[in-house]
Amino acid sequence: MQTRENAVRHLIEIRDIGKDYQVGTNTVSAIRHMNFQVDDGEFISIMGQSGSGKSTLLAVLGGLNHPSRGQVLVDSLDIYDLSSEQRADFRSEYIGIIFQSFQLISYLTVLENIKLPMAITGISAKEQDAMAQSVLDKVGLGAKAERLPDQLSGGEQERVAIARAIVNRPPILLADEPTGSLDSETAEGVMALLRQLNKEGLTIIMVTHNPDACRHGDRTILVRDGLCLAQ
Amino acid sequence: MKLYHISCNNLMRRKGKVIFLVLGLMLGIATIVTLLSITESMTRDIEDRLDRFGANIVMVPKSENLALSYGGITVGGVNYAVKEFAEKDIAGIREIENRENLGAVAPKVLGATQVMGQQVLLMGVDFAVELPLKTWWHLDGTAPAAADDLIVGAEAATTLDLAVGNTVPLGRRTFRVAAILESTGAAEDSMIIGDLHAVQEVLGKKGIISLVEIAAFCRDCPITEMVLQIAEKFPGAKVTALKQAVMAKMQSVELFKAFSYGIAGLVIFIGSLLVFVTMMGAVNERTREIGIFRAIGFRRGHVMQIILLEAIVVGFLGGFLGFVSGNLIAWAVLPLVIPNGAFAGVNLSLGALAILLSISLSLLASLYPARKGSSLDPSEALRAL
Repeated sequence: MQTRENAVRHLIEIRDIGKDYQVGTNTVSAIRHMNFQVDDGEFISIMGQSGSGKSTLLAVLGGLNHPSRGQVLVDSLDIYDLSSEQRADFRSEYIGIIFQSFQLISYLTVLENIKLPMAITGISAKEQDAMAQSVLDKVGLGAKAERLPDQLSGGEQERVAIARAIVNRPPILLADEPTGSLDSETAEGVMALLRQLNKEGLTIIMVTHNPDACRHGDRTILVRDGLCLAQ
Repeated sequence: MKLYHISCNNLMRRKGKVIFLVLGLMLGIATIVTLLSITESMTRDIEDRLDRFGANIVMVPKSENLALSYGGITVGGVNYAVKEFAEKDIAGIREIENRENLGAVAPKVLGATQVMGQQVLLMGVDFAVELPLKTWWHLDGTAPAAADDLIVGAEAATTLDLAVGNTVPLGRRTFRVAAILESTGAAEDSMIIGDLHAVQEVLGKKGIISLVEIAAFCRDCPITEMVLQIAEKFPGAKVTALKQAVMAKMQSVELFKAFSYGIAGLVIFIGSLLVFVTMMGAVNERTREIGIFRAIGFRRGHVMQIILLEAIVVGFLGGFLGFVSGNLIAWAVLPLVIPNGAFAGVNLSLGALAILLSISLSLLASLYPARKGSSLDPSEALRAL
């Protein structure tokens, strides 16, 4: 696998991808045909209605869901040429993911949830503490480190999810509807945080159905019926 | 944070689920341990009872003539003088290599004497040894307590018109009938039985022993070797193992063991299924969590480590608690199953096996759903992307 230092200008290239699902005897195309590139340091919004294929696209981009056809190149490397285990290593190193419904581990504290991606990295306990505390402060939850997820509000859980996604300092952050379940004021705060992370050099690809959220991005890709309509 | 922290936190913070899992395992293992402990105790009890049930080795003086009797009918024969044993030598039986397998050693002196004008066979025994050995003897009266107390066989009592409390002159001494022996259908029916030393005096055989009956504890005892060892010690003796009795004992015990282990096997199977289903359900519930782990970069091996470590801890706890409670239940239930039965004790090998079985079942039951869950595409496991 190439290192970041060798990164080309197009950090991510989507080439002719498609994703079909078998529903009984019928084949349903979640992604029919898509082509686009994402540059290093860009903040891309992928917008579309529910069922348009945008979340499937995000999963394919993150190496979470094998496409039926086409290629996903990250740093010129086709991630679906990798084995399942190599793809797990790729995710650990390259990708931070914010899930639609936070997906925090209920029996781990805020601090432990944030440290979760580091459990497999070999980073020392002391360094883990320092890194986790740093991102916790960045998302403004320094005082709630020992709380369990269900003791937090939706906005706070979203911030923990963001902290977990960036703690390993990945170059790419994928966010699936990060403001979907938040009130507008909290959503604005989360978007400001993402914008700040982008300014610090993080490439962000955000899926949303909210046009307001898109204005924080550099570019918006419109998706409908598994096709890219406009960029 | 290390992977084991995730396992430990899951176990510590989801106590309700863990307690349910441990209880499931405990129940299965406790059932198995209870049954096996009761089986072990019952087997020992049966063996002890069988061992106490009469002698299985007989030592008589060597004789060169052939016995001319069958079924209690003697048709005569030529009897050469036989060299009986010296009483002081009998203690040598307890010096054989397999002495720990020896139970009762019951010496006897035999001889004919005149009682009220009738020729009667008189047998001298050590009542303290003889009575516990002859568990099938039923006495009408009291067990002999003094040296001049007698037990009179049922047939002899009828023939001689003797009853409990009567006095009987034997030689120069007078004895008292302490009890009448209810009919056994054996030689004792026509005998008078008295204290060994008193009878030796009456018969003029002081320090002489005619035969010795020996009871060997036969839990895996090498009865044939014991016979050889006694014969070696007493060259003038003919030592015979009552193999039929031994075989019958062992067959009874083996039959019971086979039945018990058959039942235990069935319980193990059902207990294992219970544990398997419980553990499998618990891991299946964690598919979404497995998806999160995989999505943030955990390899399949990492996920397996977390789940299997939890399975080992739950398996150990379930096995240990199941073993302890199984033994407690067996200890409590045993008196209801075997009246006056003794608990065989805590079998540590069974404990090790129970814990191993519990861990293995827990691991096996977790392995399949963990493998299945970690093999899914993370988006499929999450059902959120």
